Amino acid sequence: MTEKHINVDYLARVEGEGALRVKILDAQVTDVQLNIFEPPRFFEAFLRGRGYQETIDIVARICGICPVAYQMSAAHALEKALGVTPPEGVRPLRRLLYLGEWIESHGLHLFMLHLPDFLGYESAIEMAGIPELRPLVEQGLRLKKTGNQLMTVIGGREIHPISVCAGGFYRAPRPAQLQALAPDLEWGLETAVETVRWAADLHYPDFEADYEFVSLSHPDEYPINEGHIISSSGLDISMEEYEDHFSEIHVAHSNALQSRYVNGSGEGGSYLVGPLARVNLNFAKLSPTAQETAREIGFSVPERNPFKSLLARGLELIHAFDESLDIIRHYEEPRPSRTKLPARLTPGEGMHATEAPRGLLYHRYRVDENGLITFAKIVAPTSQNLKRIEDDLWQYVPGVMDLPLEEATLRCEQLVRSYDPCISCATHFLKLDIERT
Amino acid sequence: MRIGLWLRNTQYVNMNKTLVIGVGNTFRGDDGVGLIVARRVRKAVPPEVTVLEQSGEGAALMEAWQGADVVILVDAASSGAEPGTIHRFEAQQQAIPSRFFHYSTHAFSVAEAVEMARALGSLPPRLLVYGIEGKSFAAGQELSPEAAQAADIVTAQILAFLSDVAPSFV
Repeated sequence: MTEKHINVDYLARVEGEGALRVKILDAQVTDVQLNIFEPPRFFEAFLRGRGYQETIDIVARICGICPVAYQMSAAHALEKALGVTPPEGVRPLRRLLYLGEWIESHGLHLFMLHLPDFLGYESAIEMAGIPELRPLVEQGLRLKKTGNQLMTVIGGREIHPISVCAGGFYRAPRPAQLQALAPDLEWGLETAVETVRWAADLHYPDFEADYEFVSLSHPDEYPINEGHIISSSGLDISMEEYEDHFSEIHVAHSNALQSRYVNGSGEGGSYLVGPLARVNLNFAKLSPTAQETAREIGFSVPERNPFKSLLARGLELIHAFDESLDIIRHYEEPRPSRTKLPARLTPGEGMHATEAPRGLLYHRYRVDENGLITFAKIVAPTSQNLKRIEDDLWQYVPGVMDLPLEEATLRCEQLVRSYDPCISCATHFLKLDIERT
Repeated sequence: MRIGLWLRNTQYVNMNKTLVIGVGNTFRGDDGVGLIVARRVRKAVPPEVTVLEQSGEGAALMEAWQGADVVILVDAASSGAEPGTIHRFEAQQQAIPSRFFHYSTHAFSVAEAVEMARALGSLPPRLLVYGIEGKSFAAGQELSPEAAQAADIVTAQILAFLSDVAPSFV
């Protein structure tokens, strides 16, 4: 009997800590585990008893990687729970803030975390030391910076923005502040298009899987903050129905919960959220430049190669720059910038999902008459993708297991990194009553 | 009057270009220790010394220290040493071990920002990195006694460093 193991004790270039274990027995994959060993942080319990406005600030710090996503899902869910509608003009500004985060997050992942796999380097730092690759790294940092700038002007801070609140914004930026960013965003748009054209010629491993793609969908726009939940097999539900169709389970080898798509038979399967799902399900809503660039490089939907999520991220970068410029051109400062809530509230429950850079981020809250949180549930995109990553590996490993171990390992890591997993986020949401064996 | 200080290598440094950066997350126990040190330093130094609080996102750090001559950065560390251990690196002279500050959730964080800046030739002339070994990083706003004690020491060291090079300002 020949036994072979692919082990990665510490997955580099992913957010948070995780390990990968694959067991191969007599040329058969017998076990795949994405182990998550960051200690769980019990944020949902931490939120109970907190005020609703404070909650929006706290959830932003759960994950320094995508604070806007957490704030947006929370603000919308809490507004539903409390029956408040933000003033006109808040909507495009929230979109713009969220686009800043997409730019920042996609820029980082594409250039710093994922590209080294395709070019055969250990890290972007190593790439920065090679004269011909150095401009690429500098470009990535500059792209990311334009996202940071948007977040700073609107959110008040680069990380953990402080201006978002239930009801709108504590403070909205002046039009001139946003217009000042236009030249950088125009540079970003041009650079993103060039990047996608260039990245189309990278070598993508020949691999496809039969995915259940899940994302938001909106009749008039590329989905970010609003819409309904759809899937590639025809699911079409409201956000309120999310928990009827998707459930979380504990698996012994992981500190994180894994989500399952529950179809008619009751047996839950894996599904995929994130840029590839969004692009596949909403291609016609991408900006004209993004669509045109996709056609130019021969990217057609549905694209089922997970490695090409790099291109999906690139197309979303183009879209994000395009739409940001459009919003800034038409921006008028919302006055007032928020709908104020009364001190005495009607208790309520609200659930909402938005599209974080990594995919669908679902929040549900119950709030009492004093505005204190009595229940919180958060489902992060990476928890939803974990099972899908493992399923991919079951299918992918047989094709690479005869390669030298080091190369096979790298290929598996590259596949995991295609998902841009944020293991930190995935582990925050364990319930206190979890039992581990 | 020019406000400034002389580095030990006799390079004149504008006090306006001295920066103290606290890194961390006050909602995650000892991960907040860098921010707590920064807040204490801010209260004790003149406004010419910029004190920033950051989450540890690497690109933002590189942005923040651009143009500064002297940068002191404080973060929580998780290297396996005894809780409360104070690590100190002169970034110009030594590499920062890549997993040293891995407790900040970023894949591109303090160590990566320092090494990336080194590769791109954009390290500040002097970058002093303090790492305070944390004990607990669970959700919560309290420091462990070990981290709290180390925070006192590091705060005093930073103030002593600043007063050593510019006695009239601290």
